[in-house]
Amino acid sequence: MKPGKPEKTTSLAFSNLVVSRLGGETITLCYQCGTCASSCPVAKITERFNPREVIKLSLLGEKDEVISGDAIWLCCSCYNCQERCPQKVEIGDVIYALRNIAFKEGYIPDVYSKFASAILNDGRIVQVSKFVENKRPALGLPPLQPTGIDALRKILSATGFDKLQKKKEETP
Amino acid sequence: MTSYALFLGCTIPARQPSYELSARKALAKLGIELVDLANMTCCAPPPVRSVDLESSLAVAAYNICLAEEADLNLVTLCNGCFESLAMANAMLKADRKLRAKINRILSRAGKEFVGSKEVKHYPRVLINDIGLKRLKQNVSKPLSNLKVAAFYGCHALRPSALLKLDDPERPHVLENLIEALGAKSVEYRNKLKCCGGLLRGYSDELALDLAREKLANTTKAGADCIATLCPFCFVALDIGQIQVKSKFNETYDMPVLHYSELLALALGIDPKELALETHKIKTDKIINKIS
Repeated sequence: MKPGKPEKTTSLAFSNLVVSRLGGETITLCYQCGTCASSCPVAKITERFNPREVIKLSLLGEKDEVISGDAIWLCCSCYNCQERCPQKVEIGDVIYALRNIAFKEGYIPDVYSKFASAILNDGRIVQVSKFVENKRPALGLPPLQPTGIDALRKILSATGFDKLQKKKEETP
Repeated sequence: MTSYALFLGCTIPARQPSYELSARKALAKLGIELVDLANMTCCAPPPVRSVDLESSLAVAAYNICLAEEADLNLVTLCNGCFESLAMANAMLKADRKLRAKINRILSRAGKEFVGSKEVKHYPRVLINDIGLKRLKQNVSKPLSNLKVAAFYGCHALRPSALLKLDDPERPHVLENLIEALGAKSVEYRNKLKCCGGLLRGYSDELALDLAREKLANTTKAGADCIATLCPFCFVALDIGQIQVKSKFNETYDMPVLHYSELLALALGIDPKELALETHKIKTDKIINKIS
């Protein structure tokens, strides 16, 4: 058999997708040493999440397992792994890139969908109630400044964020 | 007098008046002016980053633009806000292509990120603008006899390449700030480990396991209280104790204080002015110990 151009496999297609996303650029540098897993506070208390496994599955092209599973949502975003990775894989940011792909394909945990709605509706992910706002003067706090909700909506419409969230709301 | 634009964020005005009061009063007393700018928004922290990283960078950059227009550096009170804004600021200053991309988005809102300002978390402002020596001179009520467990929270320190607050594995800023108030900073096991805060809402169970470990370790070290730099760590450890009690039947009764509250007390600000009653775990024994 003559050596030829290797067939483009699913694994390459998925790692290329991750590399093309903001935050995902460094995933292919991983050589599976496991420094991340041994630094991970979540991996210490559950078998449901292991950063090395998430990266391995992604590099092997197991897209469905990665983006439909709950592992990527169990990263506590502490960045210990990223600080210690000898290959300078930006693991915390790779997880964000994987979450972004999952979100785009409709795999959206409810709590994240709520955060996305909150920022679009109020300009904040945690709402300041009128009750709390009205108590400020008595506590000796200055009035709250207005939120730049119009500018925020323009920005989130330019990036397509508002449509990502709408897709979720329309899904039964 | 040094002036900063205050980035207040969401959680502090929504839920933690004692944090806001203590920070405003203590910084004012030290000669730091905080300016409240109009039209700021959410900083676009991890929950927003999880949806779309590019959107969160653009939202963070928009808020930095407001400070650039006001010709002020930004100061944050929340690790989440600090991380989002400092990360975006560093990334956009360093990467011209990314900056151009984000500026195309910002132009829809009539803004342009220039990269002329700094984003600082308030411990860094205390160290750089006031200094430990002057801070000590301003302490009128030293917190002697108080053993404090310093807890940075992840996003004060990491990713360190972008945040640059302190060494991510061996930090000392917070310990130094605690000792400057006359208190003793106590070491405890797994000090730099996550509080689990960001897992709350997705997996409350795992989040609580991490908070519980922190409570057990600080208790074992003999700390009188934990000092935090972040409203989310505060929630995980303060309200977290109520949840740990109902789930595991363990009572820690460990007061959790924002570092700014300890600072305000040491500067002689009346505890009655600080709305400390909003803490779930009562702070009375701390107040009694220092008065």
